[in-house]
This record gives sequence, structure tokens and C-alpha cells, in this order.
Amino acid sequence: METVSYLNDGHGLKSWLLTKDHKRIALLYLVSITAFFGMGGLFAMFIRLELLTPAGDLLQAETYNKMFTMHGVVMVFFFLIPSIPAVLGNFLIPIMIGAKDLAFPRINLISWYIYILGGTFTFVAALSGGVDTGWTFYTPYSTAAANSHVVTAALGIFITGFSSILTGLNFIVTIHRMRAPGLTWFRLPLFVWAHYATSLIMILGTPVIAITVLLVGAERVLHLGFFDPALGGDPVLFQHLFWFYSHPAVYIMILPAMGVMSEIIQAFSRKNIFGYTFVAFSSLAIAIIGFLVWGHHLFVAGQSVYAGLIFSFISFLVAIPSAIKVFNWTATIYKGSISLESPMLYALGFIGLFTIGGLTGLFLSTMGLDIHMHDTYFVVAHFHYIMVGGAIMGYLGGLHYWWPKITGRIYAEIPARIAAGLVFIGFNLTFFPQFIAGYLGMPRRYHEYPPELQVWNVMSSAGASILAVGYAIPLFYLTYSLFAGEKSGADPWGAKGLEWEIPSPPPTSNFEVTPIVTHGTHQYEPSREVGIA
Amino acid sequence: MRWRRSTDSKMFKNFPFFPEQASAQAAQVDAIYFFMVAVTAFFSLLIAALVVVFAIKYRRRHDAEIGVAIHGSIALELLWSFIPLVIAMVMFGWGAKVFFDMYRPPAGAMEIFVVGKQWMWKAQHADGMREINELHVPVGRPVKLIMGSEDVIHSYYIPAFRVKADVIPGRYNSLWFTATKPGRYHLFCAEYCGTKHSGMIGWVTAMEPAEYQAWLGGGSTTASPIAAGEKLFNDLACSTCHLANGTGRGPVLSGIFGKNVELQGGGSATVDEAYVRESIVNPQAKIVNGFQPIMPTFQGLVTEEQILQLIAYVRSLSQQAAGAPAGTPGS
Amino acid sequence: MPNGHSHAEHYPGPLHNPPVKGAAAGVPHHAGHEHHPKLQHHFDSMDQQLEASYLGMWVFLVTEIMFFGGLFMAYLMYRWANPSAFQEASAHLNKAWGAVNTVVLIVSSLTMAMAVRSAQTGAKAKTQVAWLVATMIFGTAFLGVKYVEYSDKFTHHLVPGPHFQWTGQYPAGAEIFYSLYFMMTGLHAVHMIIGLGIMTVIAVMAWRGKFDADYYTPVEVSGLYWHFVDIVWIFLFPLLYLIGAHYGAGH
Repeated sequence: METVSYLNDGHGLKSWLLTKDHKRIALLYLVSITAFFGMGGLFAMFIRLELLTPAGDLLQAETYNKMFTMHGVVMVFFFLIPSIPAVLGNFLIPIMIGAKDLAFPRINLISWYIYILGGTFTFVAALSGGVDTGWTFYTPYSTAAANSHVVTAALGIFITGFSSILTGLNFIVTIHRMRAPGLTWFRLPLFVWAHYATSLIMILGTPVIAITVLLVGAERVLHLGFFDPALGGDPVLFQHLFWFYSHPAVYIMILPAMGVMSEIIQAFSRKNIFGYTFVAFSSLAIAIIGFLVWGHHLFVAGQSVYAGLIFSFISFLVAIPSAIKVFNWTATIYKGSISLESPMLYALGFIGLFTIGGLTGLFLSTMGLDIHMHDTYFVVAHFHYIMVGGAIMGYLGGLHYWWPKITGRIYAEIPARIAAGLVFIGFNLTFFPQFIAGYLGMPRRYHEYPPELQVWNVMSSAGASILAVGYAIPLFYLTYSLFAGEKSGADPWGAKGLEWEIPSPPPTSNFEVTPIVTHGTHQYEPSREVGIA
Repeated sequence: MRWRRSTDSKMFKNFPFFPEQASAQAAQVDAIYFFMVAVTAFFSLLIAALVVVFAIKYRRRHDAEIGVAIHGSIALELLWSFIPLVIAMVMFGWGAKVFFDMYRPPAGAMEIFVVGKQWMWKAQHADGMREINELHVPVGRPVKLIMGSEDVIHSYYIPAFRVKADVIPGRYNSLWFTATKPGRYHLFCAEYCGTKHSGMIGWVTAMEPAEYQAWLGGGSTTASPIAAGEKLFNDLACSTCHLANGTGRGPVLSGIFGKNVELQGGGSATVDEAYVRESIVNPQAKIVNGFQPIMPTFQGLVTEEQILQLIAYVRSLSQQAAGAPAGTPGS
Repeated sequence: MPNGHSHAEHYPGPLHNPPVKGAAAGVPHHAGHEHHPKLQHHFDSMDQQLEASYLGMWVFLVTEIMFFGGLFMAYLMYRWANPSAFQEASAHLNKAWGAVNTVVLIVSSLTMAMAVRSAQTGAKAKTQVAWLVATMIFGTAFLGVKYVEYSDKFTHHLVPGPHFQWTGQYPAGAEIFYSLYFMMTGLHAVHMIIGLGIMTVIAVMAWRGKFDADYYTPVEVSGLYWHFVDIVWIFLFPLLYLIGAHYGAGH
């Protein structure tokens, strides 16, 4: 006899498409985000295939330009920014704080529909010929010279931005107003802290990209001169407005993954995080300081050297809270009780790869060095280390960790470990050679390049094929587990946290009784009771 | 079996990890790069080693085992915040110093005008020699490139010299370098600019000074920028208003380059390349006090190259031969 | 199942929600449905629901500030670069209409506040609707004036683009000014139209007697939005219409 969980509480398409349950909405997002990830990955495949040879012999130049543009647009706006918050955040935040749902369930559903609408515009832009401006849409190329579907793509981004804003709004109000009795701020799981900081960035930054793409559209369609010097505008103003959002956006992508890391490392070390307060505050510090560094994308654009100095200085400062996190995670493992199931493999991989990615960011903050490295493959390698080696590993780790809770099923561990290993190896082989190619001078967005750079590109493309296999394998064993996986109990990992106190999968209202929290939610000491008292 | 030293190894000849150091700045840039590689390698390996060692040493030995209850240590937190901060500040300071050195061209640098347009680089030397997608420079002499764009943003990048500056329509950016090694080096456009962005490449050739003179002397059939500018100045009838004796409807131009002028409506401006360019394409923007706003605009009537030639001519009318150094990325 | 009540006595919890019958912490979810009909099930009390709604609207208004903020930044930058051009261009805007619109919006905020007050004090549905409709009339008047102004710009070739004609001294700067003028007031007008839509919904709900002293959150939250749109205009008016204006200065 099956107990009623959120999965079988209502059947049929309508009960899913009109749901107000945050857990079902998380699954709606999971499906659509996976689809966009596949789309973005397809574009990446074309990029790496073309770059196997120095000559531009696979694709026309214009087609290649559309490939890297669409890869960036889809991956940034439709995968990286929503992924962890919209899937894991939506599912877990109410449960982690002892609430029955988010503050605004209908707005949660609307935000998914907005995401789908924005994605549709972008998909239409891709199908009807694509965009070729780069995901950064620099003017005046995007407003005056490009003859691709700029406005459609810009509209897609504009619309999807509201999905991000509403998600952030929902999280902030939920965390402020719906914590269970006794759940003070400093008893919150670090996953919640990370999402709170992320939500601050979402609500403050996203409106700025919204107005920026609106102005790009207005200039393109109505010839209002904001950014085109031929119309009296300033192209560098575009860059300032664009990066004012797009730099904090990268913290939207990484902070949730850091929250996942804190949870996984605690669970698989069976130990409380070392330095809870420091890790919690470091998320806020990253969010705030991250708003003050955007000018490091403009070191060679001709901004004042004094502005450059300030941006460089603050860019170094923003690395410190991230370093604090890495050290605290490492210290958490010390004298823990470590088990290396697949979520922990992703987490440990994250620590190493994020460290490299973060430190290579410092190269780019160094003004004298950035002159040589700006717009080369060094930058591409740096941000992929953080976004793929960091954020995507965080997403996959979290998906595996909470899979039993979300689905009530256990997936097969052996293919999971194989996939994690392939992802780690494939990732490094793909992106490490790009650091070298970049310092040698290979510019970004090139579909043909000098022959002496071929060896690095071949290594990179070989790695990408391994990475692709690593990403494909979970689709199989995770889907398989839905039908034939062993049923999971409430707490298959032996972890602590409110989410592990309720059944897997949870009932629709999460808690039959609103919990009263009397201690911090992750207490691995055997002498203390946790959670529902 | 004899082991080769790694420096003998063909691997580094065929698979270099950094470009040739062909400019005075290149070694400076590489020095800070190697320092940062060392720091990155150290911390990455340290963290990786700690993670691996801890994961093995503290592996779970039985199902119900939990970790030791350690909550934190303020001393450790401060230590591992302070040390990275110090290292970061060293990197910042060093990088800023290198940047400042690369930012200010020395007085007397040889100037070459560059115009980027989809999808080629046009350069014009002071004596009139023109090149497309090539740049010939002498070794051992500071060279300053003053760059404009005809259409969209481009970026002039010479990896072997470690220099790059965006080339932005509507304004001038510049960069400078001193080539130290004769040879042929890659030139790339480093800001995506459309279909043939990856084709907007070329070669920078550094030559011994004698060879450079020979190259210069041997083939310029076009007028120097100053001469071309003078011809334009007359052809476009600038001379009818900008009379040299001060009785014209426009300001006297000889001696004005590099000076400060009072503007109508308050404020002042320095007459540099950017000001001259603006006066040509948007004359009403900053009118010298005491003159009528009657200068017509020449936007669309002159190319970026021609504007550079007019600037060269106006500059030549000033007493100082080289003109005011208008600063590198950023004027 | 552990009894939650003993803990509720020992630990009051951080949330100052007065326990509401049937929805107290520690009490199973489905015990007794004696709660306000408007209480949504995921909230523990009307108080919590109300606080969440207010916080939600304030957070949303912060995003709106950032949205308009980008435009204000562009305005700041271009005005700093073209001070005289902006002054010249601004002179062609009709200060009288701008002032009328300012007064109209301020009065509409007053009627909006009265509408919230009427709901808060449990006034008759008719009174509430009257204040809401008055607010909508002023809002529509604002849009009407903007229509008159925009038509005027079209007639005088002051719309940026291929048909822009400027006879003054600074054509390039004037075109930038008018690009910003249309973008900023246009975006503001879109927000007004959305506001009128929201007011329609609220007015219909008020007509149906949905709001009283116990429940008037939607009115208050809509009021916050309306006041925000008003405040944006308070910034737009001097920045666009009053550049270089002095008392007694002729133009």
C-alpha cells in the first residue's frame, strides 16, 4: 500500500502543470533545465569539433559564431543561473526551515512559466538562424552591425530575468518570515545561507541586465542612440551596465553550489562544518563585494586607470571569503568520518577545481597581466573551472545527495562513481590545456587559429568527449532508479538536517507537525537530539 | 641511458608554454605570471593533498561512526584570512606597477596610426608608409600606436609583446611597446567583431633599426599622414574659417595642440587627439569661447583614417614636434 | 509523535506570531478549520501571511529601483557629458504639463492612501471603491497628459530616429536627451498602465466586499506599488523638465 507523498498526491498533467507545491515545481524545473543543458552541450560539441583543426573547415565562420553565442546564452541564462536554486533550492528551502511551502507558491509556478516563455524565445531565435554577437552582446556590433536574431534572443533573456527575480524574492521572504519556531538565523543550514546571499544578488542585479537588454533592443529597433557612437551613444556604457549584472551573476552561479558543498561535506564526514559563522558570513561577503568588481572586465577598454586600480583591488578582496570557505571545508574533513559515495566524490572534486578556478581569477584581476590575458582562452579556462568544475559539480553532487529524498529511490552507486570519475578526468583534460593556449595568445571566439596551438585544442576536444560521456551516464542510472531503484528510507546517508527527518519522498505539506527547533540543525554529537523535538 | 635535461627537451621547443618574450615589457609580465603560477600550484596542490590525505586517513571504519566534534577556531580563521590577504595585496601591488609602466609611453615614442575595421588592420607610419594587416617596427625604440575603429569594437593584440588595447569607435585608445628581438610575431584581433573576427589577424615584424629605415625608405608612394592631412584640410575648406592670422570665423590652429582652451558655457578642454576628433564629427559639443557655433559636422564625410591624418596635420602646426602624450589605454 | 506543547511553553520561538486557533505550532495541520477564509494553508497565521506579503512587495520595489536605476545611470552619464545640450533640449518640454502631471500623481497617491485607510477601518465597500476609482481617474488623467505631450513631440519631429529634426545648437546631444526622455517616461507609463490594471482588480474585489479591518493586505500592497510609481515620477520631473529652469527665467 503506497503512502501519499507529493509525487502521487494528484495525478495527470494538470496536477503537475498547475501545481503550487514547491517540490513539484522543482521537478518541472529539473526537466526543463536538463533539456537546456543538453541544448547548450550540443552547441559546445560543435565548438570543440571545429577546433580540432586549425582551419575553419567544419562550419562557416558565421555558423561557428552562432554556436559559441548560443552556447553561452543557453548555458548562462537557462542552465547555470537557475539550476541549483530552482531545482534544489525550491525543493529543499521550505523543508530545511520547517515550512510547508515557500511564501508565494503561485509566484513560484509563474516563475517557471516565465522561464519557459523566455526559453521559448531563445529557442526560436536559435531555430530561425541564431544569434552571433557572443553572449556578451557588445555594442555597437549587437545594435548596429549584427544581422542575426538579436532582438528575439534579447527578449528571451529579458523575460527569463523575471523568473530569476521572482525566485530570489520568494526565497528572501520565505527565509525571513517562515522559519520554524526556534530556528534562529545562526541555526540555519549553510545551504539556506548560501541561497539567501544568492537571492540578494538575484533581486539587485537582474533588473540591471533587464534594462540593459531593453536598451539594446530599443537601439536596434527604434534607433535610439544609447550605445552606438554613430547615434551619439557610448559603447563602453553598455559594457559597464552589462557587467554590473553579469559579474554578480557568476556569484549567483557559484554560491548555491558552495551551499551544496557545505551540506555534502558535513554529511559525508558526519561532522559539523568547521567555522559555521565564518562560512555563513562569507556567503554574504561574496554577494556584497561581488557587486563592486565589474570593472575588471574593462581593464583594456579604456576606462580610467584609477577606476581600474579600485576594481583590481576589490577583485582581490572578493577572493578572500572564497578562500575561507575552501579552508573551512578542508578542516571539516579533518578528523571526520569520511565515506566516498558519489556525492562526496563530486564535493571533493569541487574543492580542488574551484581552488584552481578561483586562483586563476586572480591572474585576471592583476592589471598588468590582464592586458595579455584578456579575451584569450585563459579567461575561457578560468570561468569554466568555476562554472563547470565548480557549479556543475555542485549541481550534480547535490542532485545525487538529495535524489533519495526527492524520489524515494536509491540509484546505483557504481555507475555513479564511474560517471563522477569521468567528469573529473574529462573536465580537466578539456580545460587545463586552455590555460596554456590562452597564455600563448589564442584569442577567444576564434574558429581558426595558428597551427602551433593545435595540440592544446586537440587535448581539449578529447577531454570534452569524455566529459560528455560522464554527463550522459547519470541520465541513465538516475532514470532507471525511478522505476527499479531500491526504495529509500527517510535518511539513507545517516545525515543530519530537517530534510532527513521526514519521509522520502516527502508528503505534500512536508511536516505533519511544524517542528520546533531547539539546536542547530546539523549536530553530529551523539548526545544531542536533533530536529523535531 | 642518458637523461636529457628538461631545458634540452624538444617538448618545450615544440610545445611552448608561453610566447616569445619580444618586448621590454614581456619579461615583466611573465615574471608576475610565473609568481602567480607558483602560488596557484602551491595552494592547489596543498588543498588537494590535504583532501586526499584526510579522506584516506579518516575514512569511515564502521557504519555508525561519526566525526570528532570540532566547531572552529577563530585563530585559524584569522590566520587563513590574513595570509591570503597579504599574498593578494602583493599580487595587486605588483600587477598595478606593471600596468602603470605599460600605461605611460615615454616621451618621444614613435607614433603609428592604426585603424581597425571589419575585418582588417590598417596602419600608417609617420612618413606615410601604409600597411594592411602588418606592422613593421624597429627594435629598441618605443613605439606608440594610436588606434581608432571605423565600425565596431576590435582589439589590437600582440601576444609576443604582451600588449593589447581595445579599439573602440568614437574614441581613441593607444598602447605602446619597445620591441627587443627581431622577428615576426602574431597580431590578433581580440574582441569579437563579427563574421571574420578570427581572420582579422596579421604579423608584426620587428627589425633592426637599419633594416627598418631601409624598409621605410623603399616604398612609400603615399604621402605622410601630415601631408595627407594638409591636403584634406584645404580640400575640405577648413582653411577658409581657420585662418592663420586670427581673423577667421574659427580659432587659430597653429600652436593650439596640447593647450587648454576655455569653452562656451564654462569649463575647459585640452586640445588632444580626442578633442580634435570630436570637433570634426560633433563640432557643437565643445565650442571655444568667443566663437559662433557655425562649424558644420564632417561625420560621414571623412573616414577614421582621414581624421587621423587631419589630427596629424593640426598637431604639426604646434611648436612641440611630438605633441602632448595623450596617454595609453584611456585617453 | 512527541507532544509539541511542552516545548512551546519552554521556548517561545523567534517569530512573534500570536498563536491562531487551529494553526499553532505543534498542532497537527488539519485540526480545526477555524481560521480566516483568506489564510493560505502554507502560512501559520494571518499575521505571518501579511508580513510576508509586505516584505514581498518591498523586495519587488527594490528590484524596480534597480530597473529604473540603470536608466538613471545612463541619464547621469550623458548629462554629465552634454550639459548644455541637455539644458537646451529640456527647454522644449512643456513644464506646465509636467507640473500638472506631478500634481495629478501626488493627489492620486493621496486618494490611494485614503483607499487603504478606508479598507483598514472597515468602511463600506462603496467608500473603498470610490477612493480606488478616484485614484484610477487621476492615473488615467496622467496618461492622457502624456499622450498629449507625446503627440506634440511627434508633430515637432522630436522623436529620435530618422525623422528627428533639431534647429537648436546641439542636435546630437538633444537626440540623446530625447532618447532618454522617451525611454524613461515610456517605461514609467508602462508601469502606470500596469498599476491601473492592478487597481481594476482591487476595485472589483473591494466592490465584492472582500476587504475589511481583518484583511486588506492586497489594498495596502497595491498602494505600495502605486506610491512607488509616483515617486519615480517625482525624480523624472525635475531631471527631465527642470534642467536649468529658474524662477522668472524666460524661454
